[in-house]
Amino acid sequence: MLLDTALLSRIQFGFTISFHILFPAFSIGLVLFIAIMETFWLKTKNSLYLGICKFWTKIFALTFGMGVVSGVVMEFQLGTNWAGFTQAVGGVLGPLFTYEVMTAFFIEAGFLGVMLFGWERVGPRLHYLATLLVVIGTTLSAYWIMSANTWMQHPVGYKQVGSVFKVADWMQIVFNPALFPRFIHMLLASYISAGLVICSVSAYYLLQNRFITFAKTCFSFTWLALFVLIPVQIYFGDVTGVQVHINQPLKTAAMEGIWDTQAGAPLVLFAIPDQKKQMNHWELSIPHGAALFNTHQWNGVLRGLKTVSISDQPHVIPVFFGFRMMVGSGLLMLLLSIIAVYLRWRGRLYNTRWFLISSVLSAPLGFIALWCGWITAEMGRQPWIVYGVLRTANAVSPVSLREVMISFALLFIVYGIIFGYFYFYFLHKTLHKGPSGIQEKEESRQPFQYMPSSFKEHP
Amino acid sequence: MMNILAFIWCGIIAFGVIMYVILGGFDLGVGIMSIFFKDEKERDLLMSAILPMWDGNQTWLVFGGATLYGAFPAAFSMILPIMYIPILIMVIALLFRGVAFEFRLKAIKTKRLWELCIFLGSVFATLAQGLILGTFVRGFNLSPHVAKIDQWFNPFGIACAIALVFGYVLLGANFLIIKTSGELQEKNYKLASKIQYIILAAFIMVSIWSPFLDPAIRERWFDPNHMLYLAILPFVTLLLLCGHWVALKKKQEYLPFWSVIGMFLMCYLGFIISSYPYIVPRQLTYMEAAADRSSLLFMLVGACVMLPPLLYYTYYSYRIFRGKVTQIEY
Ligand code: HDD
Ligand code: HEM
Ligand code: HEM
Repeated sequence: MLLDTALLSRIQFGFTISFHILFPAFSIGLVLFIAIMETFWLKTKNSLYLGICKFWTKIFALTFGMGVVSGVVMEFQLGTNWAGFTQAVGGVLGPLFTYEVMTAFFIEAGFLGVMLFGWERVGPRLHYLATLLVVIGTTLSAYWIMSANTWMQHPVGYKQVGSVFKVADWMQIVFNPALFPRFIHMLLASYISAGLVICSVSAYYLLQNRFITFAKTCFSFTWLALFVLIPVQIYFGDVTGVQVHINQPLKTAAMEGIWDTQAGAPLVLFAIPDQKKQMNHWELSIPHGAALFNTHQWNGVLRGLKTVSISDQPHVIPVFFGFRMMVGSGLLMLLLSIIAVYLRWRGRLYNTRWFLISSVLSAPLGFIALWCGWITAEMGRQPWIVYGVLRTANAVSPVSLREVMISFALLFIVYGIIFGYFYFYFLHKTLHKGPSGIQEKEESRQPFQYMPSSFKEHP
Repeated sequence: MMNILAFIWCGIIAFGVIMYVILGGFDLGVGIMSIFFKDEKERDLLMSAILPMWDGNQTWLVFGGATLYGAFPAAFSMILPIMYIPILIMVIALLFRGVAFEFRLKAIKTKRLWELCIFLGSVFATLAQGLILGTFVRGFNLSPHVAKIDQWFNPFGIACAIALVFGYVLLGANFLIIKTSGELQEKNYKLASKIQYIILAAFIMVSIWSPFLDPAIRERWFDPNHMLYLAILPFVTLLLLCGHWVALKKKQEYLPFWSVIGMFLMCYLGFIISSYPYIVPRQLTYMEAAADRSSLLFMLVGACVMLPPLLYYTYYSYRIFRGKVTQIEY
């Protein structure tokens, strides 16, 4: 394939958003956990919970900052690299982004300062309110961005005037029927991903015999929460899958590796799809499985990829394997959470060494599922940027290949150094120090120490 | 009806931009000057003054971007590809700056490195904004004979970029006069009183230079019917500068900051007068670039409901962190 502006812009966009999505997802889950722990603290006044809040708030601050700066890159990229897209759909998606800024980003930014630096400056209730508002802000921002993305997957409520899309019905766009399962799937993915990191860190402390009460509390609470959330997530995955089959049958075909339209299509457990020959190698499948999952009928009909020409098919390999990796990670977490609850019931959760080690290793599992899910959703939509109406190739900016090369090279290096190295370096450093460090010297470097004392008396 | 809606959105975006210029401006300014403070404790204080604010301030930039995207998609998709390189520089600079604020808090050995990143990030973000500003004042020229890079990289743009650096530093120094006390405050008084002369020079330069950039600008400002009214603008600006000078002399704390804000507002007004009704100066008017009526209306409902509380809690969070940053003794 020749490298052109469109392809390079796609790679750049995929690269930057792949980083961006990880940080918001982690933040969304983490802040919910912090809010729950703060609730416990307000209820019980047990300082253990306050310690948990303060510790995870530090991780949250770090992650949130990464989310903000990588998000700013995303926003401007829509104009610098996807001007054709903006020109055509700006009037539809722009208002959604505007609502995101007005209802979500400002709330997050406004109360984040209070949440991070306000422990000493506002009373516990007001602080709690700030935390809750940050939870609401992150959730709303997920809602708006998912509604924009869902419109691209399943455009509704618009009319086309020349090459420009205009809105016919806002209600349909904001409450796109395809949106709800996807929004919940995304939220749960964030909770689960963050939860697995919390479990992993707690297991690490347990193995090292440090911060025992802290680690036990986080560990058992979070596994229990995951035990509830993961089955729900799988259920919503299924709902999403059924709906994708209705709206984007070709995506389903790529996900399932189905080339010919057929009734009662088999569930392909493993295969090497071959797009050139339009067939699967080494196929291992369960009869009727795919039909059952996607249509909830034994003999449901699935459309095959061959119904369109090769140039109109999505790339099957990433969609096919991305989907399998997501579902595979989902099933693996389900297994782990069942074991965790079993061990907890048996009273062996904190000293079963192999399970602690597995928990430590499962930290990236949620992010793998989340990332593969997005690969499935986005690559499966190709070659359309707005499904069925606007081609990705028509969405690019009138910029030169050289410019995109410069920008991509720069972003690649910067992201590699900042997110790829230093984020993990400081994350590791903070985790290694653990929760006890905060109470003592550490705090003297926090900015609220520099605030006027007059405020300390304030409620 | 359509034109009124588009006009209102122009106003809202203009408001968002000036909010960013003032709020983002002072924290960029503090970021730029921070490196020149030799004492680590002093730098800690400077950073503490802006730490709880910078994210909220930067959100105004995101707001400007998103509203321009939604209300004037044609303008957004025309401007950004032309400004590809400066925008790229700006977002990467902001990225470095943002992460450096976080990392600096957690770093011990590499603290100096992150302070350097905050400095460089602030300088480059400001320079890029200045180059973009220069293009807006001068006007876009889309004829195929003009190389893309000349749109934003030219003597006038460079002059604007440098002037903006000093403008932001002046805002930053005045903000720090409010937030600090003692010796540190004294340093900021000194700094501000030096920089005000540079700003005076910049005013004179831009006022003389910009009428020569484009005949349309000249005609607008020297139109005999309006000239007298328009002359109020530079006059008020000079008055504010004098006020600033006196306020610094008298060691006022709030007045210098407000008078610099006044100067920024005046310059901004001047810019708007030069370019109205263009949203992409000399290429595309706001009426031509506006999105569909239903989009503008839908956004306006949200803006009417959300902006007042939003402004209130922005103010409120400033209040929570009001007062001077001081060293706590142990
Ligand atoms: C499911 C959630 C989610 C998804 C899919 C995205 N974002 Fe995001 N984004 C957030 C959830 C989020 C967040 C959690 O709300 C962040 C993280 C930090 C923050 O301030 O808000 C955020 C930050 C953030 C910011 C900075 C906001 C600020 O300065 O406060 C921008 C401009 C964007 N995003 C834009 C985008 C774009 C253009 C996306 C896709 C193309 C996108 N985001 C995907
Ligand atoms: C409104 C929000 C979004 C917009 C405007 C958007 C737009 C785009 C665009 C312009 C592309 C490049 C064309 C293409 O190759 O598909 C793309 C691809 C992609 N996007 Fe989205 N997208 C959005 C949401 C998301 C989100 C939230 C994610 C989260 C991870 C995401 C992940 C991806 C991925 C992984 C690709 C694949 C890149 C490729 O195909 O090479 N998208 N999207
Ligand atoms: C195990 C059962 C699961 C099933 C059957 C399933 C199903 C699906 C389907 C069909 C899609 C494509 C949606 C689209 O193209 O619009 C999807 C997307 C996605 N999945 Fe899953 N999923 C499962 C588990 C998980 C898990 C465990 C996670 C993360 C922890 C996850 C995270 C995601 C994300 C982030 C997306 C992209 C967002 C979206 O398009 O809605 N999934 N999933």
